Amino acid sequence: MSDVTKRGLAEMLRGGVIMDVVNAEQARIAEDAGACAVMALERVPAQIRVEGGVARASDPEMIRSIQEAVSIPVMAKCRIGHFIEARILEALEVDFIDESEVLTPADDAFHIEKRGFKVPFVCGCKDLGEALRRIGEGASLLRTKGEAGTGNVVEAVKHLRALRTELRRVQQLSPEERMSDAKRLGAPYELLCAVAETGRLPVPNFAAGGIATPADAALCMALGAEAVFVGSGIFLSEDPARRARAVVEATTWWKDPAKLAAVSTGLKGPMRGLELSKLERTERFAERGW
Amino acid sequence: MTTGVLALQGGFGAHLAALGAAGVEVRTAAELGQVDALVLPGGESTVQARLIERGGLRQALEQFVRSGKPVLATCAGLILCARYGWLDVSVQRNAYGRQVDSFEAMDDSGTRRLVFIRAPRIERVGGGVEVLATLKGEPVLVRQRNVTGACFHPELGSP
Repeated sequence: MSDVTKRGLAEMLRGGVIMDVVNAEQARIAEDAGACAVMALERVPAQIRVEGGVARASDPEMIRSIQEAVSIPVMAKCRIGHFIEARILEALEVDFIDESEVLTPADDAFHIEKRGFKVPFVCGCKDLGEALRRIGEGASLLRTKGEAGTGNVVEAVKHLRALRTELRRVQQLSPEERMSDAKRLGAPYELLCAVAETGRLPVPNFAAGGIATPADAALCMALGAEAVFVGSGIFLSEDPARRARAVVEATTWWKDPAKLAAVSTGLKGPMRGLELSKLERTERFAERGW
Repeated sequence: MTTGVLALQGGFGAHLAALGAAGVEVRTAAELGQVDALVLPGGESTVQARLIERGGLRQALEQFVRSGKPVLATCAGLILCARYGWLDVSVQRNAYGRQVDSFEAMDDSGTRRLVFIRAPRIERVGGGVEVLATLKGEPVLVRQRNVTGACFHPELGSP
């Protein structure tokens, strides 16, 4: 499958909200609220965090039940480096595979070589070097890692800002400076040159990790994200259907504070959330992968 | 001439990139009032339809289409045109299957390379509708008065 059709699907998700769902009923609620895609998984990140243990790709039966329940694209996660889980998801004909740090990594040295797959991949990143490494491996869509399952948007904001700052900086590099910058970032040289010329990534970049409110989603859009993933933030809140709809509207009309005030009104409780200084480094999903 | 691209959800970015300085995002009725032509982009038609209703845009879009100003509708945009009666066609959503079935192909004239992504199929064409391009004999690009509809993505060029 060509880059055009793979990256094309990523383009079609822009301005939308991709919601984590753990069963067909949640998938229907997400679709009715206006999600542009759903991510099928067995436990949302906040549950994985609490329950611990090894988090793996989901049961095919559960993924199929979600595919049957909705007509929007269905994504699913595989472990970093677990190309067999990815092949299984491809055989199930999921529309996007998320090689995700939220699951327990299967390979501590290598990510999946993604070019050989028909299904497009989305991968997490914290900065420009990581973004370009994943694109180099064949990712068709990027998302910030943020810090999934915390309901705390600070890490997603940090990663969005880091990308923006780096994109601005590499545009200023003179051609002879680019190779050493590619070496320093650990980024493929040709991709770095392309980004330096255009000032933008060759694939869309979405926000993920800690988005819990409509205002969080709008903040990420204002910082340059082209769509948002919401994991635990919807279905661990007190009124998921209403919150889901509000996040969808906030992602579209993020420039309109009056609209944001209206959709944020009377939403009942958000997910509880975690203060990040309470997390040990080993508990941070964003540290997984390289 | 300013061309608006409906930017509620979907592939508006690639259209805007192609239009350059001539293109603007449209998310409100007021913004729609400022443009001379309109693109209804791809994306998820169900999401776009919900946002059109919630944003109170239905009436303004209806008026724009009836005004005779040019409208280009691609993929999900085509589905909306069929649904709202702006094009006299019947369309089957996701007719080719899931993303693994997305494809690129030359049209029957051999002149256009077309990109299909979870694409719709035009199953019926009404009397006033002109077929401008076909793929394996089926219509993939149609026009009725000021509205042109495509099953594919002209904004996503091959590299």
